[in-house]
Amino acid sequence: MADGAPDIPAPPDARDRPRIGVDEWVAQVEGRRERYSGLRGAVERRWERIPPAARVLLFAVPAAAFPYVTTEGNVFRYGLFTLVYALLALGLNIVVGFAGLLDLGYVAFFGFGAYGYAILASPQFGNHWQAEAAIPVVVVATALCGLLVGLPSRRLFGDYLAILTLFFGQAFVVFVNNANRISFPFAGHVDLTGGSNGLPNIDPFDFFGYKLEGTRQQYYFLLISIVLVLVLLYWVHDSRTGRAWRALREDPLAAEAMSIPVNRLKLLAFVFGAGTAGFTGAIYGSIATAALPGDYDVGLLITIYAIMILGGFGSLMGIVVGAVVVSSVPELLRSSANARPLFYGAILLALLVKVRPWPRLAAVLAGLVGFGFAAHAIASAAYPRLVHGHAIGSGAFAHAMNHWMLLPSHHEKIADVAYVFLIAAIVIVPQLKRLWRTVLIPPLLYLVMFVWENLLLEQIGGATRLILLGALLVALMNARPQGLFGNAYVEIA
Amino acid sequence: MNWSLFFDLTVSGLTLGSLYALIALGYSMVYGILKLLNFAHGDVYMIGAFLGWFALHGLGGPVNPDFAAAGVLAVMFVVAMLGCGVLGVAIERFAYRPLRNAPRIAPLISALGVSIFLQNSALLVFGASFRDYNTFSFIGIKTYNVGRNLFFSVPQLLTVVAAICLMVALTLFVSRSRLGKAMRSTSFDREAASMMGIDVDRVISATFFIGSALAGAAGIMSGLVFGQIYHFMGFIAGLKGFTAAVIGGIGSIPGAMIGGLVVGLAESYATGYLPQGSTFQNLYVFALLILVILIRPSGLFGQAVIQKA
Repeated sequence: MADGAPDIPAPPDARDRPRIGVDEWVAQVEGRRERYSGLRGAVERRWERIPPAARVLLFAVPAAAFPYVTTEGNVFRYGLFTLVYALLALGLNIVVGFAGLLDLGYVAFFGFGAYGYAILASPQFGNHWQAEAAIPVVVVATALCGLLVGLPSRRLFGDYLAILTLFFGQAFVVFVNNANRISFPFAGHVDLTGGSNGLPNIDPFDFFGYKLEGTRQQYYFLLISIVLVLVLLYWVHDSRTGRAWRALREDPLAAEAMSIPVNRLKLLAFVFGAGTAGFTGAIYGSIATAALPGDYDVGLLITIYAIMILGGFGSLMGIVVGAVVVSSVPELLRSSANARPLFYGAILLALLVKVRPWPRLAAVLAGLVGFGFAAHAIASAAYPRLVHGHAIGSGAFAHAMNHWMLLPSHHEKIADVAYVFLIAAIVIVPQLKRLWRTVLIPPLLYLVMFVWENLLLEQIGGATRLILLGALLVALMNARPQGLFGNAYVEIA
Repeated sequence: MNWSLFFDLTVSGLTLGSLYALIALGYSMVYGILKLLNFAHGDVYMIGAFLGWFALHGLGGPVNPDFAAAGVLAVMFVVAMLGCGVLGVAIERFAYRPLRNAPRIAPLISALGVSIFLQNSALLVFGASFRDYNTFSFIGIKTYNVGRNLFFSVPQLLTVVAAICLMVALTLFVSRSRLGKAMRSTSFDREAASMMGIDVDRVISATFFIGSALAGAAGIMSGLVFGQIYHFMGFIAGLKGFTAAVIGGIGSIPGAMIGGLVVGLAESYATGYLPQGSTFQNLYVFALLILVILIRPSGLFGQAVIQKA
């Protein structure tokens, strides 16, 4: 410090010690931004300068062009689901990202919307409402439902709310599965939800006689809805209410002391989130043309949370990016022709970026190759069954794989077990000390490739997908508690 | 009044209640020390049930076990409790400890991730089908009549007695032993405890070990009582264990026991007496949870918490 300013003590690195000198930390905000030099810093600074409207366009224009560059089937498989996820995650972001309330029953509101629309516009009760009447009714009803669930949360802080809403989500599934058998006191026996069969044959949206039937029309309707919601949320984010929400998220007690009406704001966030979910549910019901009880379970909840966390709490465009990544990457990996180069390319890139200096990288790669041959030799001597299979595909690469990789002939079970261990290892290894990390990387990489060649190349979905997302939540919370694109906020101990 | 139905419901309610109480203890102890809801706790219970199943089959299976049933049972309990304890410690070490000073929401989401990971790993590794403890041919479901139509069966008796023994042991441990004293002081004020020379990390690990071991024992008991286990059993059981912990006052050990019994009895009576009880029993428990939170958020034995920063 040339100008004689007193030396500022370096903040302690250990994360489990309280941070001293929070004021300095706040004062250094600009400095921390500058820290990213080079490409990353340049990109970040450019991004900061783009006004919100242009950011929305940056997403909306390629999305609008998407149906023109690909087939109808692709639009249905990637496009519609990505947009539904994005809209859902944006709604969840109001509750979790803005107001900091952990709502684990969010998917139930989505289901509530779908069933609500199904009751208003399907042969079940013979109602065939127009969309312009049904959508507002569904949204308002879902928001009211959110109000009811939020009411007991008035007196709860964080954790109770989380489990209460988790229980609510489960209760919703139970109710929907069995509501076909309830007898009401005055109306008699009413089949409200069709039980485990769900409600089929839901009408497509019908605005003033114009039906949204084709995939493309539905896609554009969703896209317009998302853009509207995004604009609305950018506006809310900077409004008085939005700022109050963020204050509430950072510190409810301090917010209350600043005379912010904490309870009312919590309820408001809940109601907004539920309303968005109900809206998305109505759209989803009309697209899927059926409301099934299995669609609104924990699996969807995890997907939405993964999207939101990948995007970063409170970061709107991050969430859209997260939705694209989470919903399209498993789909892309599904066809093995383009999956293999993509996969090994990604691994190589990650190694090049993460493992430095180059002698260490060379050691890791040599260790990997050596480990593979050793494992192959030991396995073929001890358990020949483990090497009798053949790699998928043909060509030099698959041929090389046959001599290097363990390819059991009946690989279902062992690959499943290996997968579970692999995911646990991926969470655990980065937390170990440096030497252990270096030693464990080659076996870990080998395990990755083993699982890839034996399990994932054939099928990705169901349980494997959920395990991956679950591990993603743990790993990301460890690495960056604020999410990939979120801003770290100051934690005052 | 149909006394025989009432007695039946009471006995099954007490059995269920002891299971929930054992699960609730883990929730409550962890919450008392870390102020963290361990969502994965219910899934640890599920893993315990599976570990017990593997121990049972490793010893020759339920129909013709290689040893006497009592010995097999002892081995099952030891395997499941040790395994679950180690699992709990690992979960704490790798999923919660790095987040101890992160924003409050981060460990909750991490806990959710662990829960999903355990559930789906069990689905992938153990398969989706039910596994059978086959209690009938293992220890027999002999039913005793204690007069006035009060029946109970061997597994039910075993569960209640074992649960009571475990709880007594836990209470003694927490109130008498040195580590128990450290636990109490850590849960009272973690920073002050660490200043007094208590190794807080070790105490937290021990808490996770004990809580998870109790959940593992509960898993085996549920396998014995209900006969069947499956990968998704931990989810609802975890929710109910949490309900029990809240009803008793979260953070309080006797509260967790009483709360477990209340939830078990309430569920059992709801199944028998309320309309559509067997279908909607979970909804009734949920309603009970909301009722308690509205009327007495601190629970039966808990003290109202004055929130500080």
